[in-house]
Amino acid sequence: MSMLAAGNRRRPLTWVVLVVAGLIALVMSSPFLLMVLNAFKTGDDYSSHGPIAWPRSFSLDAFSNYLSLVDFPVALWNSVLISTVVAFGGVALSLLSAYPIGVGRIRGSGPILAVLLLSTMLPHEALIYPLFYGAQATHTFNTVWSVVIVFVVLQGAFGTYLLASVMGTVPKEILEAAAIDGAGRWQILWRIVLPILRPTLSVLVVFFFIWTWNEFYIPVVLLADQSSQTVPIALSTLRGQHSIDITVLNAGSLLSLLPTLVFFLIFQRTLNRGVTAGAVK
Amino acid sequence: MKRRQHGYWWYLLPIGIGFTAVVAVPFAANVVLSFFRWKGGIAPLHWNGLGNYSDLLHDANFWLSFRNSVFMIIAIVVIPTGAGILLAATLVDYLGKRFGPRAASFLRATYYLPQILPIAVAGFIWSWILDPGSGSINTFLRSVGVSDPPDWLGSPDLALYSVMLMLVWLQLGYPLVIFMAALSRVDPELYEAAALDGAGWWRQFGAITLPTVRPEIFIVVLTATVAALKVFAPILILTGGGPEGSTLVPSYYAYRNFFELSQVGYGSTIATVMAVVIFGVAAVLLGWQRRAERRA
Repeated sequence: MSMLAAGNRRRPLTWVVLVVAGLIALVMSSPFLLMVLNAFKTGDDYSSHGPIAWPRSFSLDAFSNYLSLVDFPVALWNSVLISTVVAFGGVALSLLSAYPIGVGRIRGSGPILAVLLLSTMLPHEALIYPLFYGAQATHTFNTVWSVVIVFVVLQGAFGTYLLASVMGTVPKEILEAAAIDGAGRWQILWRIVLPILRPTLSVLVVFFFIWTWNEFYIPVVLLADQSSQTVPIALSTLRGQHSIDITVLNAGSLLSLLPTLVFFLIFQRTLNRGVTAGAVK
Repeated sequence: MKRRQHGYWWYLLPIGIGFTAVVAVPFAANVVLSFFRWKGGIAPLHWNGLGNYSDLLHDANFWLSFRNSVFMIIAIVVIPTGAGILLAATLVDYLGKRFGPRAASFLRATYYLPQILPIAVAGFIWSWILDPGSGSINTFLRSVGVSDPPDWLGSPDLALYSVMLMLVWLQLGYPLVIFMAALSRVDPELYEAAALDGAGWWRQFGAITLPTVRPEIFIVVLTATVAALKVFAPILILTGGGPEGSTLVPSYYAYRNFFELSQVGYGSTIATVMAVVIFGVAAVLLGWQRRAERRA
């Protein structure tokens, strides 16, 4: 009690609120904790002691099992390739298309942005069957490139919408001064707009990467073959097979989320700065 | 001036081509297909006029799927937005001030964690946690003496609520992080002045916190509602629309028609109606926002 009296801003109610917030945090993270707990068990240990018991022994069997069932290096390579190309390609496309709208203020900017905003809301169901056919017709079906092309455009539409309004805040004087000094439009974009927008662009790269990594619907339809599957799709196709041990699926889940988790932790500062970027999606 | 404007159009060429190939043509094709009966592949197309649409009006599954969309909105929009705003205010303005900003950002990171998870992983974990036999919840319930714990995903009365539970868990971090960022705009002196005037925490919440985050509330409600109307992967992974169609949603119904029932025309009809509903709801929300801004 003396401590409560000393800091009179921490009344008993304060501790109650802290405990409640802590309990919510525990509930929110419990699926992760359960996953870690069970990924390091042996299958026998799991089936005899259940999911909430502490592992009898620390084992990596589940991981080696998962790696023998799924060609993880290939899935990892596919996911890294797709997400990286989409992240940078999508941001490049956004930068190019936002420039005439945000800086050039061309006629028709309003309708163009409205159409792009609508396309970010469009349900993927309303595109999927024609895309499925288009991918087969262009021989990109079952290759990472079908997914890359689709998401560069879809993320690019969102990025254009976002960047156009950010570009509107670039001071006119700077742009005019550059034009008077003889800079062409391309030079102004490359030498002036790009450096000013760099923080926003890096946030977009992070978001595009994570969104594309986690994407489910379009990859599950367009990447039917194991050789082209992404990390999450490989996990979900394995799940369809009933005989698979739960510990193996836990190990696979852990492996599937590690890359985004690492990416997230590295870029957490960028994310804090850019939460409003994610807000619009 | 005119020539300067002209030169800008080149920059729109890449997105113009990409948009045409990936969005405009496929969407137009989808709308056209909705007027045909088609099994897909090399099967012949049969003109059906508005037949698919009138079938849809009499399709109990279709109405059921939209009824379930309302529950998706409760789980993805209503509960997370309400809880998110309360939690954000608690973390920033109550716990943050008493236990330091590091405690607040630690809690925020924990609440946000589900948001960075691939949906395939989240779906697997939850279908396992909710499993009637070996799931953690029922193992726990049995260990405290409940002899007959419920079949969370297998019972038609319960499955929808179980899916909603998972969606709330998944979604909560999104409004929370946005509202916390918004609250950093508030001048702390404002709260101090209100406290000096005798306003309690709830009074401050209503008078300062809520009006501050209003623009973000609009953004969260709009984006989350669109997401709720489109929700697909959690249903595919957790329940496959069952049991007895109790968790059927429009996107999953369209998917089933496309890829399981080979009724491509009918699937396209569902997808087209979905797009129209989403655009309509978005238009209503945007109009509401515009009117609110004008009043403010």
